[in-house]
Amino acid sequence: MERFIALRLLQAIPVILAVITVTFFLVRVAPGGPFDSEKAVIPEVKAALERQYRLDLPLLQQYTAYLGDLAQGDLGPSFKYPGRSVNELIAAGLPVTAELGLYALLVAVLIGGSAGIFASLKPNTAQDYLPMAAAMIGICMPTFLLGPLLVLVFGIHLEWLPVSGWGDIPGDKLLPSITLGAAYAAYIARLSRAGMLEVLNQDYIRTARAKGLPEWQVVVKHALRGGLIPVVAFLGPAFAGLLAGSFVVETIFQIPGLGRFYVQAAFNRDYTMILGTTVFLSTLIVLFNLASDILAAWLNPRLRHQFGSSR
Amino acid sequence: MSDVASTLEYAEAGTSLWQDAWVRLRRNRLAVFGLVVMATLIVLALLTPWIAPYAYDAQDLDLGATPPSAAHWLGTDVFGRDMLTQILYGGRISLAVGFVATAVALLIGVTWGAIAGYAGGKVDAVMMRLVDILYALPFMIFIVLLMVVFGRNVLLLFLAIGAVEWLTMARIMRGQVQSLRQQEFVEAAISIGLPTTTIIRRHLVPNALGPIIVYTTLTIPQVMLLEAFLSFLGLGIQPPQTSWGLLISYGAETMEEYPWLLIFPGAALTLTLFSLNFLGDGLRDALDVRGAKD
Amino acid sequence: MLALTACGGGGETNVERGNREGILHYGNGSEPQGLDPHVVTGVPENHLIRALFEGLAVKNPHTLEPEPGVAESWNVSEDGRVVTFHLRADARWSNGDPVTAEQYVWSWRRALHPEMGNLYAYMLYPVKNAEAFATGKLADFGEVGVKALDPRTLEVTLTEPTPYFIQLMDHYSTFAVHPETILAHGEMTDRFTRWTRVDNIVSNGPFELAEWKLNRRIRMTKSETYWDKGRVRLNGVVFYPTENEVSEERMFRAGALHYTQSLPLNKIPIYQAREDSPYVQAAYLGTYFYLVNTERPPLDDVRVRKALSMAVDRETLSQTVMQGSVVPAYSITPPGTLGYEPPRVFDHDPEAARRLLAEAGYPNGEGWPAVELIYNTQEAHRKIAVAVQQMWKDVLNIEITIANQEWKVYLDSVSTMNFDIARRGWIGDYVDPNNFLDLYLSGGGNNNTGFANPVYDDLIQNRAPRAKSREERYRLFREAEAMLMEQMPIIPIYTYTSRHLIHLSVRGMPANLMDSLNLRYVWLDPHQGRTNEETK
Repeated sequence: MERFIALRLLQAIPVILAVITVTFFLVRVAPGGPFDSEKAVIPEVKAALERQYRLDLPLLQQYTAYLGDLAQGDLGPSFKYPGRSVNELIAAGLPVTAELGLYALLVAVLIGGSAGIFASLKPNTAQDYLPMAAAMIGICMPTFLLGPLLVLVFGIHLEWLPVSGWGDIPGDKLLPSITLGAAYAAYIARLSRAGMLEVLNQDYIRTARAKGLPEWQVVVKHALRGGLIPVVAFLGPAFAGLLAGSFVVETIFQIPGLGRFYVQAAFNRDYTMILGTTVFLSTLIVLFNLASDILAAWLNPRLRHQFGSSR
Repeated sequence: MSDVASTLEYAEAGTSLWQDAWVRLRRNRLAVFGLVVMATLIVLALLTPWIAPYAYDAQDLDLGATPPSAAHWLGTDVFGRDMLTQILYGGRISLAVGFVATAVALLIGVTWGAIAGYAGGKVDAVMMRLVDILYALPFMIFIVLLMVVFGRNVLLLFLAIGAVEWLTMARIMRGQVQSLRQQEFVEAAISIGLPTTTIIRRHLVPNALGPIIVYTTLTIPQVMLLEAFLSFLGLGIQPPQTSWGLLISYGAETMEEYPWLLIFPGAALTLTLFSLNFLGDGLRDALDVRGAKD
Repeated sequence: MLALTACGGGGETNVERGNREGILHYGNGSEPQGLDPHVVTGVPENHLIRALFEGLAVKNPHTLEPEPGVAESWNVSEDGRVVTFHLRADARWSNGDPVTAEQYVWSWRRALHPEMGNLYAYMLYPVKNAEAFATGKLADFGEVGVKALDPRTLEVTLTEPTPYFIQLMDHYSTFAVHPETILAHGEMTDRFTRWTRVDNIVSNGPFELAEWKLNRRIRMTKSETYWDKGRVRLNGVVFYPTENEVSEERMFRAGALHYTQSLPLNKIPIYQAREDSPYVQAAYLGTYFYLVNTERPPLDDVRVRKALSMAVDRETLSQTVMQGSVVPAYSITPPGTLGYEPPRVFDHDPEAARRLLAEAGYPNGEGWPAVELIYNTQEAHRKIAVAVQQMWKDVLNIEITIANQEWKVYLDSVSTMNFDIARRGWIGDYVDPNNFLDLYLSGGGNNNTGFANPVYDDLIQNRAPRAKSREERYRLFREAEAMLMEQMPIIPIYTYTSRHLIHLSVRGMPANLMDSLNLRYVWLDPHQGRTNEETK
């Protein structure tokens, strides 16, 4: 097990390096630069700016300089927000987005998972159809629709909850978390139902039932493990995607998170910010995919052997 | 062991598997409903130029946005364009994007995941780390570049979406295959010396289909909404052409003032998703080899 | 569900609390790039910086004519080339230091310094030798036309008489900064220092920076060192980075904001229909138009450009798609720019448009080649493009495809003239026709159409600045603008309006052509609502 994790963490280094390299050159090829604005920029001013940001150096030299800074943990100055470092911007946005993502994930797993499992126990009955219909509506309901809808109902008409902010007024975290979690809940509901159905038909479950175990024990002790494998495979990238996808929710609710930086950096051609958030995101993706693989292996005893240990 | 034998038997007689599945699918009423609705939508999309009540770009600026009426069954948008016509034309784009892009994603994702999961070891590590890299690249920059390099092109849109959506598909498929790989019937198939491609095609893919079908049916509406986002970035379709995703995102902006601009395209998307899911579940059940023996 | 009971409708809204405490809650559009007057550009930054700092002169919020700021008075020499500012004795920085003429010389050197990379350096170009210094052609700042005669007297020498020069003193790029503070945190020309942070920043305006939470809010409190603090009636202001106008409107409705930066088009009729409407709309110094690439066929033919322009029904467009919120435009300069009325050389005329197109070789649109209109991705631009596309089709029977581009791609396309027709807007930096007409000088950086005319250049660059009177100057401008519109390298669409929701308790915030906000005059009166006359 330890060897497996160590191996994967070792593999993470070339993955992240590849992501940085590709991104570094990708953003430079994209049309439009960080200093382009609606009003023409005087060439001398542009040249001065490029010097300040090292953009006047040959591209390869810029690249090695960036890697050098990165090795020291320095993500460079932001182009869009002069006077702020990318480290500072990420440090400001990360706790907010992480918290939002965590709550959303909780919403997604609790609601989606229980709905899916519940539905799978009595397939093709009302107990199946109702939660699944709700899940499907949830999938059709993109966040840019659900968010405003929830705000209009609970914020404007009922006046129960704040319409914006994060941690300023009690209760302002509720609507954003639900909005972001809902779409994932729908996916998880569908995937867990499918996974469960797959497992519930298998021999070892039948054996367990034949042995006269109570149904809940069959489900919890035996079926859940295998049935949740597809969900777990989905969860890894989903959680990392949750961070990137929180942009819409952060915009709707005026939340000062990382998602807004991530998306706007691309629109602003804020080179250092794009790279900084991407480095960060790729680390997360590697870690979460790893976590999801470990979890999948733990759920599926047949896979454990690949860790090269009996337990 | 009888289990293995019967599975192998089914697999060898490939055609009868599909015939049986078709019979079982026809018995599932919801699946048939889904199939009928999807077929109707596709036929409507094909016939749109002949059956649409108005020209799709005909504007009546003085009329503006009006609720449903006898002249315009689903109302009109801010340009005074007929919504029914917009939804019919939008369906052509959305269905095409949904199916083609998902097919691309399915093809790449399933193949990639199956190979990685089956091969394991170093091949698996390299293939899946490549997936990780693609996950992490800044999507928007990638799209902007695609557009600049290849120009605006609907085909490109299909490919771009497919190229993004296959990643999760590959991860799910790999997980399935990895767990199936250890099962007796696969080991038996290996031991009797069946070629790898045959094993993957005949034994692994059909048995992993359940979650894949479900994820596919989930991907189609996702892709339809993604298309709207790409159109905002400048890739994809341009006005006066439209799609359900675009109609929904425009409708969301004015949901308080002109709710019909959101409700009708939203209903079209929801109906499609429901039908696809019924059909998907039906297919899954019909293809379920183990369930078939009951 | 605990959260539901813990908060909710019973609590006091921002607006209610703000009215009680004298704090204005202001929707500011977006997170500012920063607060350094010589580094940043943009509208939200402008609002913030002009609350924290004050220029030599400020604009009267009603008339926009300059009135005393840090300078209590100024004289302009006979020939219009020397301006002498007399700084007031009680102008103070927030740390108590006096504001001096030397600090202005130092600050302008910083604003113009080639290493500074100040995008708005050109605001000071009317000053003698300023451009040469800013572009590195002149190393000695001593030759630039700005001198401190004594701590309270600043003498500025201009290259040409510049009637709008005093106005520029209210633009943040000409503001003074506190040299010791800047040097305490880095070099003079450093862009990356922390001098603008809370506790570091030293400013000279009516408000002081109290809190700056990234993407959350910027809070300011009334300054105790400001020379005119007796007239400042707000105790503080909170600025919110309200990026999404739909969310911003909802925040206003929920009582979280006194003031919104904009209002979605579709909400306009709803607010207009209300009694005591908080909706305030006013003419704005900006023009929305289409750039035409005059170097690409078939648009290189002036008849084609005129046909396209005459086929657009601007009245209908303004009334329907734009919900009556804009004014149709037939020229580049907005009407009523300090008394200037632009010439009108054409009208909406479908017949004439068809005739011109036929003369150009495309009778009834036959043989029309592929032409594309690009715009940057935004809902309002899309709406206008879709409507105009159909007008061209209906009137001229031609197909023009439209395509949106992501912002930076669009900017790249425009600056490299990689387009047929492109959407464009221009907002004036100061109230003068020159600010619009000098865009189309031959080879100008913002020209982007290929239009070049030496006679036009001469009118704008040489003859108008030397005009003896405002009337003569405006006559020359009108002559030039008529020439421009005859050639139609741009197709004007409409004149902008500013659109805000302003809570009825907000007073002293008159609408004006520049949407210029001076918070020192604003107060909150929860009991006596604003009458609509006040904001007209």
